[in-house]
Amino acid sequence: MLSVENLHIRFRTGDGLVHAVNDVSFSVDAGSRLAVVGESGSGKSQIALAIMGLLAKNAEVEGRIMWDGQDLLATSNREMNRIRAREIGIIFQDPMSSLNPYMTIERQLTEIVEHHEGMSRRAARARALEVMDAVRIPDAKARLRAYPHEFSGGMRQRIVIAMALMCQPKLILADEPTTALDVTVQAQIMQLLQDVQSDLGTSVVLITHDLGVVAGFCEDVLVLYGGRVMETAKTMALFDQPGHPYTRGLLRAVPNIEDPSDALTAIPGSPPNQHRFPVACPFAPRCADVVDTCRETLPQLRDGRACLRPIEELT
Amino acid sequence: MLNYTLRRLLMVIPTLLILVIFAFYLMRLAPGGPFTSERPLPPAVMANVLERYGMDEPLYVQLWTYIKNIICCFDFGPSFAQKDRTVNDVIAQGFPVTLTYGFWSAVFVLALGVPLGIIAALRHNGFWDYTMTGLAIFSQIFPNFVLAPLLVLLFTLSWGLLPGGGWNGGQWQYIVMPAIALGTSYMASVARLTRGSMLEVLGSPYIRTARAKGLPERTIILRHALKPALLPTLTYMGPVFVYMITGSVFVDVFFSTGGIGQDFIDGAYSRDYSILLGLAILYAVLTFALTLAVDLLYAWIDPKVRAGLS
Amino acid sequence: MIGAVKRRLNSANFADERAGEMVASRSFWADAGRRFLRNRMAVFSVGMLSVLVLFAIFGNLFSRWSFEEIDWNVLGRIKQDGGPSLENGHWFGVDELGRDLYARVVQGTRTSLLVGFIAGPVSVILGATLGALSGYYGGRFDRTVLGAYTIWLAIPYIIFFVVWQAFFGRSMSQMILVIILVNWTAGLLIVRGQVMMLKNREFVDAARMLGMSDLAIIFRHLAPNVLWVVVIYTSLVIPEVIMMESLVSFLGVGIQEPNTSLGALLSEGASTMTFGTLWQLGFPAAIFVLAQVSLFYIGDGLRDALDPKER
Ligand SMILES: Nc1ncnc2c1ncn2[C@@H]1O[C@H](COP(=O)(O)OP(=O)(O)O)[C@@H](O)[C@H]1O
Ligand SMILES: [Mg+2]
Repeated sequence: MLSVENLHIRFRTGDGLVHAVNDVSFSVDAGSRLAVVGESGSGKSQIALAIMGLLAKNAEVEGRIMWDGQDLLATSNREMNRIRAREIGIIFQDPMSSLNPYMTIERQLTEIVEHHEGMSRRAARARALEVMDAVRIPDAKARLRAYPHEFSGGMRQRIVIAMALMCQPKLILADEPTTALDVTVQAQIMQLLQDVQSDLGTSVVLITHDLGVVAGFCEDVLVLYGGRVMETAKTMALFDQPGHPYTRGLLRAVPNIEDPSDALTAIPGSPPNQHRFPVACPFAPRCADVVDTCRETLPQLRDGRACLRPIEELT
Repeated sequence: MLNYTLRRLLMVIPTLLILVIFAFYLMRLAPGGPFTSERPLPPAVMANVLERYGMDEPLYVQLWTYIKNIICCFDFGPSFAQKDRTVNDVIAQGFPVTLTYGFWSAVFVLALGVPLGIIAALRHNGFWDYTMTGLAIFSQIFPNFVLAPLLVLLFTLSWGLLPGGGWNGGQWQYIVMPAIALGTSYMASVARLTRGSMLEVLGSPYIRTARAKGLPERTIILRHALKPALLPTLTYMGPVFVYMITGSVFVDVFFSTGGIGQDFIDGAYSRDYSILLGLAILYAVLTFALTLAVDLLYAWIDPKVRAGLS
Repeated sequence: MIGAVKRRLNSANFADERAGEMVASRSFWADAGRRFLRNRMAVFSVGMLSVLVLFAIFGNLFSRWSFEEIDWNVLGRIKQDGGPSLENGHWFGVDELGRDLYARVVQGTRTSLLVGFIAGPVSVILGATLGALSGYYGGRFDRTVLGAYTIWLAIPYIIFFVVWQAFFGRSMSQMILVIILVNWTAGLLIVRGQVMMLKNREFVDAARMLGMSDLAIIFRHLAPNVLWVVVIYTSLVIPEVIMMESLVSFLGVGIQEPNTSLGALLSEGASTMTFGTLWQLGFPAAIFVLAQVSLFYIGDGLRDALDPKER
């Protein structure tokens, strides 16, 4: 349904080009759930924005993003407007700032269906109530006229999700939907996404830096580092036997629920320099299993992993 | 909201009172008065004059009488220097003039400044953007008292399009130049401010959300971006009104509009206590009223502030 | 910069620490100086302003007339004979009363620059001191100052100005005094904010523990750290003050005749322009605009060079 092919995203900045996304390909089938995982700065959000056609003005894009046989990168803004929200919805990371503080919740919800489906204000309000119920906002009717600042963080994120659901799109891009929230609220929101997904049969691309969030939700995982795909796998297989040293590092950073005393280990080192297109494995400087060739050759994705070392040799 | 309004109004009263007392004593304690002239009056005549205006009484009694008359009868007393005219006469004659072109000047500031700022933001780094930057620097360097002679030089002396001064019952030709001279630099500031806040709003996450909804650009600007982009401009209108009142004194003098600014300056020349005090109070009340109006409008528009007030 | 200061203050020898701090701030100013010098428009403006200052100080030397003297030869025929001329020594022509305009413009520039460069910095120092005290002590003092500040800003300064000038005479020193009084709020808020931010830093605690008094802390430790704000602010206030003086003089309640200022000259020039003696407006206007342009760009350059946010 969606297939991203050899996507490159570069930003023109004061100190030269920033290579944010380098040769990324993946596809999403109808009704499936894909997780895109990586540290912050690895290019996850830019991929989502590229799909929506909302990249910053200083961005250069290359590659193809095929959606129902149409290349979204070659689609005009006006035509993209027919796809946005109607076919592809997006949930942004920060529910605090992604709602307009000067408009009522009602207006921010109803305008979507009024525009895309030509609904009357009354029908749109009925739909808004329906969707607010679906995302379990209590007392929805009374709260329609409220402004975003009158809601808690978790409730706002529900509203953002409701916004993405208004037109029942075929695909939802959820960009770190729980990062800004408390741990207990995080679990509720993930549960909600799961319920909504199974009720509507929508496909979901879940973007996150936390492999722990992925576990119960997605069938497939795509691991990004420095704007490159490090590994793709079925979630179960990935947790069983992670095929890339970076993935292993990420897994060690997931809190262990059974044994909270188990110390978390962040991967030492800092994210790669993105001012040049990578010529060697971008993770090599931080890799525990690095060998000399890693610093000279750019590993290609083969059997779902972009690592020069055989899987048995990894620590 | 009503509560807030009342509280603000209650704040104004002591402030005004302090202002009146301060100005009153400042004037009376300073050397010289309306009746000191090159040739001193004979003491008997002087005493007579002072008694007529109630100035033989102790200062605090005079002050009390003055304030009492204002509160009970809206009476600012007689002018000391102009025979047979009261301060109320002077205000009744001049204030409508100042208010009229002041109003049109404010319209000019907003009706030109806001759209210019928005266009400059939407065409970031385009022709209008540069035009506006130029205008902003121009207005910083050419304040109203340089601009006004320039306008007269062009529109009156060179092209003969507009009268160089006067009022003539407030015909539009007589309003144009005062309004432009008074407003231009604030128009430029408003444009610059609007441009800045519009750019900031357009880069904000909630505008990105609106874009992700697939709304047309026009809707995004008008429905989502306009209101937040205009809020800083609205707050700025408070200070702008304060500046414009200062500017109006100049405009009244330069264009001989017959507005109260001229009376104020004349009052300073002739040390006419009651005119100076009366007009100072009028200016202060006008400022407070305009500032309060701006604040209330802001509170009413911004849901966060509105919620905080009730 | 703060981090370095802090570390030094925590070390044993206090005298060394003081010296070390001076070095740290010196390098900050050196950096800022270098950034300023890279800004061509700002450097050019400094040159332009220097020329104006020299003009105000030494311009008299090139004048054949004093600024009060009336040239009776041209008095009746100013439109015909009073224009700029090399022969009779009126480089800028004469004014309405037959006085040499060049000498008067020199005099007016002197007044305006003097008022600007005295009243401006003094106002800022006054406001900054109040702001520093207010920010440092907080509490009721802070609330009072802030309340007065808010009210003061809401009153058009012209009211106070005109009333004051009407009763206390219109000499140069009165003018400077009243401008300082009107502008006592300059820089108050920004310095207050800076001090409120800085006073919780470790180096202030350290100084306090070493037994320094509040005033010593404010003036020796906090002042150097807010100096950059004060400098930026002063560069903004000076042109504003010159503008203020000019406006009031234009209204006829400023500097008293025969002394003059750029505003007074502009006013005279504007009132006679219907008679076709445009030089009487043109020369003062040109000098005024030149001063404002150069001050504007100098302020711009200082802001770019000093403000950490701009970097
Ligand atoms: N407008 C832009 N200009 C320059 N660089 C940008 C821009 N937007 C994003 N980047 C860079 O792109 C990289 C990837 O960003 P992003 O996709 O937001 O990361 P994340 O994986 O945390 O979502 C980052 O290094 C970021 O600095
Ligand atoms: Mg992100």
